Amino acid sequence: MGRTIVKPLLEISHLSMHFPVKSGLLRRSTLVNRAVNDVDLSIYPGETLGLVGESGCGKTTLGRCIARLYQPTQGQIHYQGVDLASLNQRALLPYRRDIQMIFQDPMESLNSRHTVKEILEEPLIIHGMASAQARDTEVKRLLDLVGLPARSATRFPFEFSGGQRQRIGIARAIALKPKLIVCDEPVSALDVSIQSQILNLLLDLQSEFGLAYLFIAHDLAVVKHISDRIAIMYLGQVVETASSETIYQNPRHPYTQSLISASPVPDPTTTRQRVILKGDVPSPIDPPKGCHFHPRCPACFAPCADHPPPLEPIHGSEDHLARCHMVNAPGAAEDTAIIAQALGEAN
Amino acid sequence: MSHSPLLEVQDLVTEFETDEGVVRALDGVSFSIGEGQTLGLVGESGCGKSVTALSIMGLLPRPAGRIVAGSILFNNQRLNTLPTRSMETIRGQSIGMVFQEPMTALNPVHTIGRQLTESLRLHTNLNDQARIQAAVSMLDRVGIPAPDIRMTEYPHQLSGGMRQRVVIAMALICQPKLLIADEPTTALDVTIQAQILDLIKDLQNEMGMAVIMITHDLGVIAETCESMVVMYAGRVAERGSVKQIFGSPMHPYTQGLLSSIPKLDGIPKSRLPVIEGIVPSLFDLPTGCRFNNRCARAITLCRESVPALRERQADQIIACHLWDEPS
Repeated sequence: MGRTIVKPLLEISHLSMHFPVKSGLLRRSTLVNRAVNDVDLSIYPGETLGLVGESGCGKTTLGRCIARLYQPTQGQIHYQGVDLASLNQRALLPYRRDIQMIFQDPMESLNSRHTVKEILEEPLIIHGMASAQARDTEVKRLLDLVGLPARSATRFPFEFSGGQRQRIGIARAIALKPKLIVCDEPVSALDVSIQSQILNLLLDLQSEFGLAYLFIAHDLAVVKHISDRIAIMYLGQVVETASSETIYQNPRHPYTQSLISASPVPDPTTTRQRVILKGDVPSPIDPPKGCHFHPRCPACFAPCADHPPPLEPIHGSEDHLARCHMVNAPGAAEDTAIIAQALGEAN
Repeated sequence: MSHSPLLEVQDLVTEFETDEGVVRALDGVSFSIGEGQTLGLVGESGCGKSVTALSIMGLLPRPAGRIVAGSILFNNQRLNTLPTRSMETIRGQSIGMVFQEPMTALNPVHTIGRQLTESLRLHTNLNDQARIQAAVSMLDRVGIPAPDIRMTEYPHQLSGGMRQRVVIAMALICQPKLLIADEPTTALDVTIQAQILDLIKDLQNEMGMAVIMITHDLGVIAETCESMVVMYAGRVAERGSVKQIFGSPMHPYTQGLLSSIPKLDGIPKSRLPVIEGIVPSLFDLPTGCRFNNRCARAITLCRESVPALRERQADQIIACHLWDEPS
């Protein structure tokens, strides 16, 4: 898609978010939770970047850093020539309209004491749409865009179903005509038949307004469906990025391979060998030395326990990066082929 | 299936008394499961799949919930008219249950060991020593490392996946003939989900129990079950073998569900087929077929009369007026 010429909308470099862990009688911070650790990512205009990982991998924290709901500990977020990570709240305000957020639980993220009109008006007022009449028209337009009747404006969030509430959340996110929306598990709280309605709405809005999405979810099938590219996270780090087709067809990191193999496939006729990872996700407070994944990795060999692998291009391709000693090591090609076969599907 | 099934649910009607009136959560639900088989109950929120499990277990919240009609036969014994005392011997001993959220199924102030040995104390004559031994070996079987140390720990000291293993160990310690698993992996990560589903399958092969798997995830059904029941708003929409229903779903709701989920090998960024509208509230159900207000094919008949379950073939039964009409 000629990304070599297109400039990224947003470029994250060396981004880290560390939370102090307080413990003991004096609540002293003794340990550090490295929720996001040295992440580099780019998001291009109009694309969807899927961010996948299990609970505690730092995907939500990364999304919140990008929306600047958190002040990152280290690193830069380049947007239109500015480093958003270095700006204070006041300086951020003009950029806030460009980067919006949709949350997982629409009941928690909508003020239950405000009518839908008040919820949708708030961003318009903050960003200077003074005329009440113009706001009225705008609220109607937004409701129409997300497929809600105009009479919804005077109602309260509790009067709506989960899917409808998520539509209100989406209407609020697009109210300021943003360039990027961080979608944090937007469909995982919804019923199966409602999920597809919301995914379609997000696809429609993207093609109409050229929005870029950072789509955070744990369900690989959902992310693959909606994304152009996918980044896989494990313990605060990105372990693989590629186009969503490549991630599915040719996953190279053993963690990505096992994630795909673990996702239940709604087809009883597929026969495939599952590789089941041993053990639990370790804590980001005290991640394993070397490659963070090595204690659970079916392909682990000597260097993995000591040296953290860099996120590097696979055979020189800048479109496909992986953080694994195996992928480019001489002689590793056959090894990965064997692993891929063991991990792979029979079909 | 010549011999009688292990569990047979017939025309089960369960109602709840609420402030806003009586709600019929189950309206004539029937299905059966044979020894050692795996049956999936699938549907969206409010379809009645969990109420079905609670009705079988005799765990409906009292006094609000009650079974008003139908029967639940387990080993030819009618469960829904059984006195509480007799039900208590069946629950935990012959039928085990695993809940969605392991943290709420475990008692936070008791050790793992105490919770595991409790049902042995109630249902067997084993002495203390033997109970502890049985509990340790059960923890070992569900894949918990250093089981003797874990016995003295509390639920909060374990990870989510480990807790769910403990809950499974509790459900299976008396070697039940039937395990009811209500969304056993919904709260877990995918890689942990795969571990738990595999564990249930292994234990099932080893112990020969039947499993009722309740889930909203059609992928889990396809990978673990032989037969399935698709529920919608308290009624059975379609039931039969998993192969048959996934291969040629006949109820418009099943068809819609199967086509609306994104698939790993689907076309990226394409619009998904949708089921229009929302799941109806049990207080405000459409007359006739409960799916009629979301069904693209609905005709007047669908709004007027409740479709009976009709057999297409031995392993597929559908509650729809129209499945055998040309569309």
